[in-house]
Amino acid sequence: MSMPELHNVVCVKVVPKPEEIRVDKETNLLLREGVRSEINPPDMNAMEMALFLKDRYGGRVSILSMGPPSFGPFLRIALSMGADHVYLLSDRNFAGADTLATTYTLAEGVRKIGGVDLVFCGEESSDGATGQVPSGLAEWLEIDQLTLLTEVDVDFDRRVGRGRREIKGGYEILEVPLPCVVSVKTAANEPRFMDYRIKPWAYEDERVTVWTADDLEADRSRIGLAGSPTVVTGLAEAPTRQRRREFLEGSPEQIAQQLASLLLDDV
Amino acid sequence: MVASHYNPSEEQKAIWIYLEQESGVLENVSLELLAKGRQMADQMEWRLIGLILGNKTGDLVEQAFTHGADEIRVADHPLLENYTIDAYARLVYQAILVAKPSVFLLGATPNGRDLAGRLAVRLRTGLNADCTGLRLEPESGVLVSEVSGFGGGVLALIEMRSHRPQMATVRPGVFEVSPPNYDPTGETIHIPIDLTEDMIHTRVVEKVSGEQVDLSRAALLVAGGRGVEGNFKLLGNLANLLDGEVGATRPPVDEGHIQRERQIGQTGVVCSPKVAICCGISGAFHFVVGVEKAETVIAINTDPAAPIFEFADYNVVGDVHEIVPALIEAIRERKNSSETNL
Repeated sequence: MSMPELHNVVCVKVVPKPEEIRVDKETNLLLREGVRSEINPPDMNAMEMALFLKDRYGGRVSILSMGPPSFGPFLRIALSMGADHVYLLSDRNFAGADTLATTYTLAEGVRKIGGVDLVFCGEESSDGATGQVPSGLAEWLEIDQLTLLTEVDVDFDRRVGRGRREIKGGYEILEVPLPCVVSVKTAANEPRFMDYRIKPWAYEDERVTVWTADDLEADRSRIGLAGSPTVVTGLAEAPTRQRRREFLEGSPEQIAQQLASLLLDDV
Repeated sequence: MVASHYNPSEEQKAIWIYLEQESGVLENVSLELLAKGRQMADQMEWRLIGLILGNKTGDLVEQAFTHGADEIRVADHPLLENYTIDAYARLVYQAILVAKPSVFLLGATPNGRDLAGRLAVRLRTGLNADCTGLRLEPESGVLVSEVSGFGGGVLALIEMRSHRPQMATVRPGVFEVSPPNYDPTGETIHIPIDLTEDMIHTRVVEKVSGEQVDLSRAALLVAGGRGVEGNFKLLGNLANLLDGEVGATRPPVDEGHIQRERQIGQTGVVCSPKVAICCGISGAFHFVVGVEKAETVIAINTDPAAPIFEFADYNVVGDVHEIVPALIEAIRERKNSSETNL
């Protein structure tokens, strides 16, 4: 009996680099101009875990993302790491999506890709940081979930996914039937580098499929701003605490005395 | 827009708190939410209702009353012994649909986030995630949640007007637990349970749990970076003297010098100690957000141009391997002399 081919999807978000984001003090809008983007770092851990299964069992890894065409070059990094194809959900009508609309849209993408075994997600995005997409996605797809995993494996005979999840002072090993959604604990692994030998292949046009709302036959009332129950009513740059920035002078012993009085007397 | 399963005109004026328990112990964040919930319920003259799922939960019900709940809804069943998303999501969903509360709050713990993510989709409602502040508008009863994004650099206020329940997960440690001074009795309602084993797809193959260090609650933190060169024993000695905990930046964790649960920063723990002593840490953005809530930051680094000095109150240009032993010595001296004085 031949082994069925494993087909895994990794959900990837392209985010602005958090350290470069500022808020306009007058308009309270995000200043995105000139801010560089990157693949959401936790999604790199998800990608590595999916590629680990591909190394072990073969099969395919597809990348699924929602965003403007400008995401393309970033998603080709994923191809250069060893993924097989990119599906980019791109439509003006997807814009402004909160968790509910985002998970609906991604779920429609997974359905259209079809025949998927595991859907990998990073733990959370560095911009929105809700961490609620993986379980919401599993709910729309009506499949099981394994979240915050540090290790994953698949049992083909029993059609189950198995994962190790760190919990208070220990861990648990969980199993759920396939297909399932997996979220990967941030920093659970060391993502591989791009393989420059396959970079030219990764940049060929046919590696990326772009789907619009029509392509997905998405319910218009469930996508983008229209499908989002929550509204942002205020935005502000987080107040940064003003520090004293006082340099202590003297020999190591003198400095140690100053620190000791700070620690034992004043505080 | 797609409506939620019930709308504001059908809501019950109540705040529901998901009281998360593990092995018969309530999560601290659940008690924090009871305290905040009590305050908002009093302001609105609404009811505060706790929701407990588990096996043999009797003591927890009483504890929840002493922390301010008006009423507790309980689902108590052997199949709820271990948290599984299948069983828990099913019962919470049913309980919410029966009671139609205006507000439903959960702690942003790993299981709280899982449960909230599923329930919000099942209820077709919005979810304000990992909130750092909550407020109920007195006139409208709209819940305004403060969340932080971009690694903590940006704050946003989020609300939903036409969807119910107004769901939010709240970051542990944001609100304070109130003393257990409320009446330990109150109305307890048992939730009907229609669970069967085949509904639970998640199989717990193995489970090991126990005490875990919680750096987010440490009063004093001694954190080390590359400059420590793996000598976390030295930092441990300093932390012990000051009743503190040891933390680290990512590189020493990756290199195996210290456990991952002690990693500070954007991808680790965000701490709020009285004092954070940063040893041999350059001060990259993703680390700094982890100590931004510290009252006082002390930085020790050999490089006078290290960015960490921009984010610290007291800066020491020097070698950790000289300064820290000298500091340990100085603290010991002072402790000894104060003992002799007594």
